[in-house]
Amino acid sequence: MALVIENREIGPQLVEMIVEAPRIARKAQPGQFVIVMADPAGERVPLTIADFDRQKGTITMVVAVVGASSLKISRIGAGQSLHALIGPLGAPSEIEPHGTVVMVAGGVGAAPIYPIARAFAEAGADLITIQGARNAELLFWTDRLAAISRQHIIITDDGSAGLKGLVTQPLGELLAADPSRQIARVYAIGPPIMMKFCCETTRPHNVPTIVSLNSIMVDGTGMCGGCRVEVGGQTKFTCVDGPEFDGHLVAWDQLMARQRAFKHHENCAMERQAAQAVCE
Amino acid sequence: MTSPRKPLAPRTAMPEQSPEVRIHNFEEVPLGYTPEQAQAEAARCMQCRKPACVEGCPVQVDIPAFLALIKQGQFVEAARKIKETNCLPAVCGRVCPQESQCEGRCIFVKRGQPLAVGALERFAADYEREHGQVDVPEIAPPTGRRIAVIGAGPSGLTVAGDLIRLGHEVTVFEAFHQPGGVLVYGIPEFRLPKRIVEAEVEYLRRLGVQFAMNHVVGRVVSVDELLTHEGFDAVFIGVGAGLPQGLNIPGENLGGICFANEYLTRVNLMKAYAFPAYDTPVARGGRVAVIGGGNVAMDAARTARRLEAESVDVVYRRSREEMPARAEEIHHAEQEGIHFRFLCAPVEYLGDAKGMVCGIRCQEMELGEPDASGRRRPQPKPDSFFTIDVDQVIVAVGAGANPLLTRQTGDLQLNKWGYIITSETGATSRPGVWAGGDIVTGSATVIQAMGAGKIAARDIHRWLARRSESTDGAPVETLES
Repeated sequence: MALVIENREIGPQLVEMIVEAPRIARKAQPGQFVIVMADPAGERVPLTIADFDRQKGTITMVVAVVGASSLKISRIGAGQSLHALIGPLGAPSEIEPHGTVVMVAGGVGAAPIYPIARAFAEAGADLITIQGARNAELLFWTDRLAAISRQHIIITDDGSAGLKGLVTQPLGELLAADPSRQIARVYAIGPPIMMKFCCETTRPHNVPTIVSLNSIMVDGTGMCGGCRVEVGGQTKFTCVDGPEFDGHLVAWDQLMARQRAFKHHENCAMERQAAQAVCE
Repeated sequence: MTSPRKPLAPRTAMPEQSPEVRIHNFEEVPLGYTPEQAQAEAARCMQCRKPACVEGCPVQVDIPAFLALIKQGQFVEAARKIKETNCLPAVCGRVCPQESQCEGRCIFVKRGQPLAVGALERFAADYEREHGQVDVPEIAPPTGRRIAVIGAGPSGLTVAGDLIRLGHEVTVFEAFHQPGGVLVYGIPEFRLPKRIVEAEVEYLRRLGVQFAMNHVVGRVVSVDELLTHEGFDAVFIGVGAGLPQGLNIPGENLGGICFANEYLTRVNLMKAYAFPAYDTPVARGGRVAVIGGGNVAMDAARTARRLEAESVDVVYRRSREEMPARAEEIHHAEQEGIHFRFLCAPVEYLGDAKGMVCGIRCQEMELGEPDASGRRRPQPKPDSFFTIDVDQVIVAVGAGANPLLTRQTGDLQLNKWGYIITSETGATSRPGVWAGGDIVTGSATVIQAMGAGKIAARDIHRWLARRSESTDGAPVETLES
């Protein structure tokens, strides 16, 4: 059981949750995740540790409501408890400050990218962040990201905030304007399709590009193999070998096919959750 | 003087749910003996002076003694007799491979009618539990020593049960949200109802064992920290062999292919068979192929049958004789209409345009000379390729050592496969750290893991006693007392 300290709506279908977890907070590193179960009948859902406070013994997660299970988790308010909270899981990010680092966050990807970006900034990297979303309402933590970045670029699909377009546009421009190769590394975290196209953008420039995958998984400790992904022709487990991988080596299309495995179930579960919401 | 050979009374059959009924539910298949049936079966025991059955038991249960008690109608006493050496009889009576252990050594095996030791063990344990006769044994005075057990599976639960009785403080750390290890995530409800595991865990709680759930040791805390910062005097590692293995053939990462670990964990631990009352989904229906011939393969195949599969094919590269699954599971699977394809080795998984598996390209095999395991080695027949059409594949070809914990633990010697090297008593290369079960032996049985736990618990106790003598001169009670 983990006590929810704060549950705050930060956008449509977006909830920021601060949870009491002293043991996890003590060990958490940027790039790691937890598994959350809302109640005893709940699914085990992986969520990135978006922030942690070792002193207060808390961790922060951002829950995007995309299905029945995330909806259930998002409804657990302050003073209530999560049935289970397991972590920190996954390998921590490798924080090596080398020159300029461009961090690209797509949608809810701003949550996982924040602790990594902060660690790079604290380690002395020259940080540029690109934060994209479908529209202005879905942007969050822009101030936090701006505060640690030398340059912070906002871009939305509809132009309701910042530039209009996709994150790959400013990313491509930054790379094109960098013939002397100051940009040593790119991070891209967001939906698989966005990460795939960021990798296609950086590939011709040969800039190492790290992505963080959010695969379907059950245990999160290397036991079920549900989160496996092909990276450079080898099978890797997102939960223990990742979640971060060299994006240029990820077999994206296969990954996206595997992510669709339970689409039908998701629709069925969503209908049920929606029905319950009406009853409440 | 030889007496004329008496005709042998036949083994008492266990009542079961009929195959037509049980393929539509997840209830237990064998229904258990009635007291009359149990007494009749136990009365068949010859009370051999040198009982071979006991030698065949990895934890040396005094089988003739408990059978005699059942014969006399002293069912609770029979359960307690078993519990002198086996703390999980309701589990072992259901999942032990008796045909290769106790029952396989029974004097009547040659005549095809060995004593039903497993069914009787189950009967005694169920009787004791269902009649509220489980009593808490006397616990030795507190020693002030603290032991951390990592993994709440068969070996860890055994270590916890043995050490708590000797007066030590025991905390069991478990990565999942429920204790039981393979008993809850691996073995299906229809073979081992989860309420039985819960009752065993509840019993340990009553003895004073603490359970720290949702703790992935190696991540949230390390073995080193348990010993240095958290004040534990000794650590037992019983984390199992939970790293799934595949065949390493093309197409293994297509959609619709999963390891048995994932499939069974979804269904058993997460109760996906009751979706959407439980939130975890699992694929249902369709044409299912299960790769492998062990107990896990049987569990997966029989689970798929219950999840409305149109057809279930078990694909195994050797023949029926070499199958490592328990005889009862194979028999039950056949009754349930599961189709076996023997001497059939997958060489490639075929995918459709959406990246989902739609077929398995296989090759026919024939048996050659025996290999290292003593089983005849399968060899491919030339030009014998064919394709099986499938919608889902469950891979159950074994598991390896999960490196998550061992990699994080200093001074722990591993063998080339990543399993922990221990002495005969379970001591690892690291002082104060013991290990047992599948993380030492590789995939084995519940009872073997329990046997390893028993031996390690005894050694941990001796080691703590020696340490107490050398530090404060107050020896803790010995196990023999």
